[in-house]
Amino acid sequence: MKTPLFEAHKGLGAHFIEFAGWEMPVQYTSIIEEHNAVRNSAGLFDVSHLGKIDVSGSDAMDFIQRLITNDASQLAKKQALYTLMCYESGTIIDDLLVYRLGDDHFMLVANALNTKKDFEWMESRKKSEENVQLMNITDELATITLQGPSSDKVLQKLTDYDLSGLKKFWVDEMKLGGINVIISRTGYTGEDGFEIYSRADEIECIWNMILQVGKSEGVVPVGLGARDTLRLEASFVLYGNDIDESTTPLEAPLSWAVKFSKDYFIGKEKLLEQKERGVKKKLVGFEMIDRGIPRHGYRIFVNNNEIGHVTSGTFSPTLKKNIGMGYVAIEYKEIGKEIKIQIRDSFYSARIVKTPFYKRRDNE
Amino acid sequence: MNEETPQLRYTKEHEWVKVEGDIVTTGITDYAQKQLTDVIFVELPKIGKVVKKGETLAVLESVKAVSDVYSPVSGEVLETNEALVSKPELINRKPHSEGWITKLRVKDSKELDNFMTAREYEDFVEKEK
Repeated sequence: MKTPLFEAHKGLGAHFIEFAGWEMPVQYTSIIEEHNAVRNSAGLFDVSHLGKIDVSGSDAMDFIQRLITNDASQLAKKQALYTLMCYESGTIIDDLLVYRLGDDHFMLVANALNTKKDFEWMESRKKSEENVQLMNITDELATITLQGPSSDKVLQKLTDYDLSGLKKFWVDEMKLGGINVIISRTGYTGEDGFEIYSRADEIECIWNMILQVGKSEGVVPVGLGARDTLRLEASFVLYGNDIDESTTPLEAPLSWAVKFSKDYFIGKEKLLEQKERGVKKKLVGFEMIDRGIPRHGYRIFVNNNEIGHVTSGTFSPTLKKNIGMGYVAIEYKEIGKEIKIQIRDSFYSARIVKTPFYKRRDNE
Repeated sequence: MNEETPQLRYTKEHEWVKVEGDIVTTGITDYAQKQLTDVIFVELPKIGKVVKKGETLAVLESVKAVSDVYSPVSGEVLETNEALVSKPELINRKPHSEGWITKLRVKDSKELDNFMTAREYEDFVEKEK
């Protein structure tokens, strides 16, 4: 599949990879340069591959509440929320952003990998007497995201809307260069930034406008390569790498997005059991002491015993260190603990560290 | 191509070789470095190591992935490019010159007959795209 920006990326000299069935730009010039642009000024990403599911109807709130672990009833209109959606077993179907666009109107943003699975799961959980309409609007609604310390300044050039009034995890409709868009102050990089949704046939115009007005601020297009290094520095989990259908939110450090105070949600019972019993493994962050780059699937050892595996790893362009995340048996999760990562035939020392690896200074 | 490279020959594994007598200098092509993205770590073979054609000669780690560099010939490792240890980015910046990886002494000179010329390699890359 191709996003509506495919030709624009080609024109910018992008190098493509296939991701979840989509042909996506992995880089335009260099992952490290693009990464640094986001940390220092701002970068523009095409994330139209993300799944968008529209949920509406008078029972929409109850329906969503039943499906997600976080509490959407706390959302005001035009507010957004990060959540997990779990099976009865407590393992993770997907992690999602939930936008409350109206009293009975929501949009869920899913991982590209999971869009179809999520949609079918939601359909299957809908009760016949419920007034809920589900629509997969992934193809109709394109998405780009502008991330970095200069992103508000750049975006403000294109709208009369006062962006300083749009707080973190809020969403609103506005015009950008005369085009109707939905914008939320959200992102996946650890920087301030915005996610911009528009009709698929209007996104290229918006994309070009932002690159143009952002040029003087150093805004560049950024591919999925830097999206991954940025999110890992900020310790955001990636579905399919760090969380999946075999892990629970309590094993990943995502218990904050599980609200046991809710009467019911799918998976609550099992997760509560796990909480009381205690988890056996935990997702931790570590940095390499020895040279070498940890990668997904590499095994983790302590005293020659295998105690876990790496789920994500990279060279961190900001910290200039090699960092990673992985599951370790619970007794080894302490910060400061030295572990060994098997890279090819050798064992390399690493140390469990506090996450996030990177936090911007003005972070709320 | 971003560098003048008339004397180089190429392999289907996107490596280049420069043959001088029985000494072969190896590296990866500009096309290959673009596929790899930023190289950040290079694992070089030990001097004196005897390798067979097609065996792993070096390992390149890019931001994105790990890639093996296969030995284009059978022989002995005479020299490795130590500059890559502190400056792995030379592979991206100057893949055909300063980003060379190893020098090998060829065991069987017949192995040198199967490489592609620059023109042939360009056609090969076009077909692979």
